[in-house]
Amino acid sequence: MAEKEIAGKIVQVNDEGYMTDSSEWNKEIAAVIAVEEGIGELAEGHWKVIEFLQKDFADKGTMPSLRRMTKAGGVPTKELYALFPGGPLKKSSKIAGLKKPASCV
Amino acid sequence: MSDGPIKKISLVCSKGSLDGIYPSLIMANGARMEGIEVSIFFTFFGMDAITKKKMNKIKIATVGNPGMGMPTWLGSIPGMSAMATSMMMKTMDKLDIPPISEFIEMIHDAGGKLYACKATVDMFGLSIDDFCPQVEKVLTVGEFYELSAGAEIIFT
Repeated sequence: MAEKEIAGKIVQVNDEGYMTDSSEWNKEIAAVIAVEEGIGELAEGHWKVIEFLQKDFADKGTMPSLRRMTKAGGVPTKELYALFPGGPLKKSSKIAGLKKPASCV
Repeated sequence: MSDGPIKKISLVCSKGSLDGIYPSLIMANGARMEGIEVSIFFTFFGMDAITKKKMNKIKIATVGNPGMGMPTWLGSIPGMSAMATSMMMKTMDKLDIPPISEFIEMIHDAGGKLYACKATVDMFGLSIDDFCPQVEKVLTVGEFYELSAGAEIIFT
């Protein structure tokens, strides 16, 4: 556990940089993490994914799998990879201020 | 071996039952989720996973599979393999592990490359048309090694 200053705010993060208190999250923080993760500027498609992750986590208490993001989140696999190259589930979760997903699919 | 994260893997999927095919698919998909470049080379009965006529009919072996803990006489009862498969598929669906055809599509859409083994294609008298559309091409072993340059090769 560590503290990190993101977008002018001190937030709690774990050793991989995932935020540990999602109540500290805001859109400015998301934008900074997105740049750090090599995603760049967040567009409408990214926000749709981020909002789905946050809502699904709030409803279920667990992180969705990639398949659930396509089935319940309505974003096709190809698009998820295009939006978050190099790690669609891991990177979107980090930007959404959520924990690292633990599923294998 | 070099340090740092794995960048590229090539999986060889050689076994045809449910428990032979899924490990390759799960590892391939998981690799793409980590940003790792992936190729799967389907050979021998592993090719059932990409063969149109067979990919939706793959079952778990209830005979000759010590891991199942099922006596041979019981495993050989007609319908036993189908029943065990159906039970396992239900559990997998709950864990969000898709059926084989959907999984193949998912890996393909994720940028994974799928290939069939030429030796097996010739041996079974098949052609590229027998495979699902996600299959890139039929490869010789030599071509497989060529495109695996710099990759970790994993045999399952």
